[in-house]
Formats: sequence, structure tokens, C-alpha cells
Amino acid sequence: MTRFFALLVAAAILPWAAVAEETADAIGDPTRGTKIYSKCSGCHLVGPNATDRIGPHLNGIFGRAAGAHEGYRYSKSMTRAGNDGLVWDLETLDAYLENPRALVSGTRMSFRGLKQAQDRADVLAYLRTYSDNPANIPEAEPTARKHEVELTPEILAIVGDPEYGEYLSSECTTCHQSDGGDDGIPSIVYWPEEDFVVAMHAYKRKLRPHPVMQMMAGRLSDEEIAALAAYFGRLAN
Amino acid sequence: MTINRRGFIGAGLAVTASLSAPAVFAQNARPKVVVIGGGAGGATAARYIAKDSKGAIDVTLVEPTRTYYTCFFSNLYMGGFRTLESIAHSYGTLASEYGINVVHDWAVGIDRDARTVSLAGGNTLNYDRLILSPGIDFVDGAVPGWDINAQNAMPHAYKAGSQSELLKAQIEAMPQGGTFAMVAPPNPYRCPPGPYERVSMVAHMLKRDNPTAKIIVADPKPKFSKMALFQEGWANHYEGMVDWIGSDFGGGNVSVNPDAMTVTIDGEETKVDVCNVIPAMKAGRICEMAGITEGNWAPVNGHTMQSRMDENIHVLGDATNQGDMPKSGFSANSQAKVAAMAVRGALLGSKVFPAKFSNTCWSLIGTDDGVKVGATYAATDEKIAKVDGFISATGEDAALRKTTYEESIGWYEGITSDMFG
Repeated sequence: MTRFFALLVAAAILPWAAVAEETADAIGDPTRGTKIYSKCSGCHLVGPNATDRIGPHLNGIFGRAAGAHEGYRYSKSMTRAGNDGLVWDLETLDAYLENPRALVSGTRMSFRGLKQAQDRADVLAYLRTYSDNPANIPEAEPTARKHEVELTPEILAIVGDPEYGEYLSSECTTCHQSDGGDDGIPSIVYWPEEDFVVAMHAYKRKLRPHPVMQMMAGRLSDEEIAALAAYFGRLAN
Repeated sequence: MTINRRGFIGAGLAVTASLSAPAVFAQNARPKVVVIGGGAGGATAARYIAKDSKGAIDVTLVEPTRTYYTCFFSNLYMGGFRTLESIAHSYGTLASEYGINVVHDWAVGIDRDARTVSLAGGNTLNYDRLILSPGIDFVDGAVPGWDINAQNAMPHAYKAGSQSELLKAQIEAMPQGGTFAMVAPPNPYRCPPGPYERVSMVAHMLKRDNPTAKIIVADPKPKFSKMALFQEGWANHYEGMVDWIGSDFGGGNVSVNPDAMTVTIDGEETKVDVCNVIPAMKAGRICEMAGITEGNWAPVNGHTMQSRMDENIHVLGDATNQGDMPKSGFSANSQAKVAAMAVRGALLGSKVFPAKFSNTCWSLIGTDDGVKVGATYAATDEKIAKVDGFISATGEDAALRKTTYEESIGWYEGITSDMFG
């Protein structure tokens, strides 16, 4: 936090070139990031003449709205997240790389995620070198209040009461169809319990963008989220 | 997780019925719930009680109409975004899948001491718990010159179905450059953004078919739900078409003459081609007949939705005076689940959790231009109190507005399957 604040101050005083170097160092090691990027390069190209492959190319990814790269066919979920206001910056990319489905449930990116914070930092430092004008990367402000969906083992260990979950779920089914229909509003049935818990906490912490879900999740206790996950998890069996 | 008590009782009854006692006896032994009104409150309550009690409660739903037209999305029908068939629902699944006894009749009397409901057809229903979800009726004399006899000349279209069809047909038949007038209702009333979404939908249709037509709104209120969003939308989509006259400008001083098709606003008489009169509202009349109203509405305890006058009666939705929730289909649906849980708890001893409520109202302003407002609520001893809320912002980009509209379509599918199964 202090370090990022110092960088913000630096950004205000120093010439751009110097700032760019400083800030890049703060994200991670781009050289190490190049190696980690080999996990990504099967689907995502980056660099001069990069084109879309299985995934969209990642030039200029910093500052781009989610699902907004023209010509690429995104999942319904990714398009929705972008329309709801999800923008790729250091904070959101970091959360996405840690667990893609925690941030965008229906993403087509079938990647397990990078569990080590340093790995994510390094690969993002590498990607950052391919965003057009590093000085304009909107990373300074978000990094100053960085928060992730890092759930403590205690939260993940809560055993939910499915009967309570069933009652609470009636609040979900006013909008989300219990048969799994997903036109206009995403499906929430047949989710693995942990994904459900992580996603709800991402709304509760306002990392996921949707205002209704932020409000609904915002007043659920850790136990209530576990109860819902247990109920929906049991539906799947 | 162990088997829950509710499931166990349900299973026990099923065994009793099949092995020993005659089915009739088992049927009679079940506690009885009668639900009056098959809308967002009543249909949801009936379905949740039947579903969650797994047959241990005998549920009867009394609803006069065989086809239910949802009030929500009836404005979209007005604007040409939905067909009437797409907002029509039947009660077949509630009867066949959930075992609910659906009675198409009018409830005309309630004897609270004997715990019976009498029906217009002559039958009487007994209840252990009664749920009233009758929606709204209009206050007599609320708009001078208008009464229910004038509803063909000047439709309210605030109960969906034939009134919606009539109003739409009248708008379509307006002469070029004609005038559509609306008399908006005073607070509190069903669906706070409803009149203004309707203005938007009428404007949408007129802009296409009758672009020189005018819309006048006489409003007894100085401001209304989502006002900034609607006014921004009217300026963007229908510039110069909508003249909204609030109470600060005499909009509350209004009378109509259905024979002459005139509207008089603050002393100034105007000849109009279509007049949509939405009078002041009160709880559906059966609440008054049951003697559970105070003023125009039925006060309830937010923890259980029980009437403050009779603990054997729960009241839902528009008819209630509960506190901070708006009168909406979403609210009624949310309240129904709290009531269903309380009723099961009282009759079967099943677990009762703290009451939680929520509401979201989407409105369509123009093609792909959707907005929303919503909040969450919790019960206190005094009322249902607002916890947290949000509203769409002015100046949002088109992609977000389109997503919001698509979301409302998803919600419609969600809530109607939550109501009707």
C-alpha cells in the first residue's frame, strides 16, 4: 500500500519514461513472466502482428473493457460482465488469472488459474509491456486499493445448512430460473459449491461489477453464502 | 445432512395414507390453507406451501380468471415489444404438478370466527390459515367525473388483460396529431414506475405511427419513481412529445368528462382522443370485507406477513401496508415466500428463518433502453425496513441499457415460473 502510494506521488512528479519503468518493476518480473506466459500462449497471442486464436489477442489488454475486443466472439457471461462495467486493470486481471470462473462464471477460458501471486504478478508485468501507452495504463488507482477474492480456509470450511439455503434460494429464483434457463440472467444451478462461494464473495466485495448482485450478496453472511452453496450443490446431485 | 423434519412428516403421512387409513381421512386430517388471489403474491405462496410441505398441507387457490395476464410487462405489450399471449398464464401446472386445488370463483365473504370463505358460486371453504393477495381496487370518486362505468371510454389498464387491449386499440386509432392524456395516481399505488414506463411505451408507438401526436400527463405528485431516468429518456427518444404536469403546476387539480372526452387540468379544459385514467388505489375489496384494513390498506407484521388484525390471516403484495417496500409483483413474490415459510412453521412446526425481502423494478424507456431500481429489506417489529438499494444512473452507455433490458426479460421468465411452476 505504502509502496503504491509512493508510486502515485512519483507519477505526478517524474517524466513518463521513468515512471513506466518504476511501475513495471512494481507489478512483477516481466522476464520471468515471459516463461509463465507459455501456459497462455497456446490460446492467446501477444506482441507485433498478434491475431485472435482460440482466445482474443492480448495487445492493449490493460484498460480494455471485458468482452469488448471487436471481432472476437465472447461468451455470454464475458459480454455481460463488460456491459456491467468490468474493465481489465491490474486488480481485475489478477483476480481473473487467479480463478477465471470466480470473476466471470461462464467464461469460455478453461484455465485452472495461477495460484501463486508472484506468478500472476510476473505474467501481468509481461503483458503490460504490450499495452500501447504504459503511462496511460489505469493501474495506479486500483493497485492502491487492491483486494482479491482470497478466502480464508475458515470461510471455505463452513458447512452450509441446505434447509436454510433452500429458503434463501427462493430469493434467487425470482430472477434466476431454477431449471437453468439463462436468457438475460445467468444460470446459477449445478455449480460446484466452492465456485459458488467464491463468486458470491466476489460480489460481496464488489469485485464483480453487477449492482443487483453486489446488493444481494452484500447482506449475506458467510454462513448464508455457505447455506446457498450447499443447497444449490445438493440440487446438482 | 440429516433428513429434515418437514420431509419426515411428509413421508409419514404418505405411508399412513397408503397403508391404513382411507384416503379421505388423510385428506381431512391435513391442515388447510386457502389463498385468495392468483397473482404474484397468491400464486407464489400457494406453490411454495404445496411444494415445501410435500403434500402435508391442503392448499386451495381461489382466483376468478382462468387466464392470468401479468401487470408487469403489460406496458411492453402496449409499446409493441410483447404480445398479449406472451404475458398470459394458466393455473394448470399448479393443479397438476403441485396438487393445488384451483377454484375459479370470486371470494365474497370471510367469517373470521368460523374461519370460512364464502364463494360467489355458493360454496364455502374452511381454512386453518388464510392468505389474501387480492391486489388493488380503485378509490371511489378519486378522479372527479370518472367511475368504473367509464372504464371503456377512459380505460385504467391497471389490471392487465382486456383493459390493456382496449387502451392499445384506442391509441392505435388516434387521429394524426391527436392527444393522449394520462391521469396519474397519487402515492401509494401499484408499480411506482408503471405510469411512466407506460408513457414511454405510448410515446414509442406514437413516434412510429403518429409522430405529431402529443402526450399530456396530469400528476398529483411533485416527483415520481426513476424521474431523472425517465425524463432523460423522454428527451432522448421522444423530444417535445411528452408534457408532464406535476402537482407544482396544477397536475393534481384534475377532472374528466368521459362523454365529451375532455380533461380539465387546473381549470383548463382540453379535448383529448385517448384518456388513460389511473385512479387512487386501495387494497382489493375482500380485505375490507374481512375487516382487516386500516384506511385504504391492510396492515401486516413484517416478520410473517400476518394481518395485524387477525393472526390466522396473512396478507401479501399491493393490498398491504407493510412499510418501505414498493407495491410490485417482485415485492409480492418476495413476501409470499416469507408468508409460506411462516404458514408451514405454524401448521407443521417446520423451521422458520428470519424474514428477508427484496425488490427490483425494471422499466423500458425505448428500444433496448432498460433501467432498474431495487432494494433489499428486513422485518422490524414496526415495519418492513429498507436495508440497501441501487438505481440505474443517467447517462449510462447503450450497451449497459441493453443488458438491463435483456435482464428484465430473463427476470420475467424467472418470476413467472416461480409463480406458476
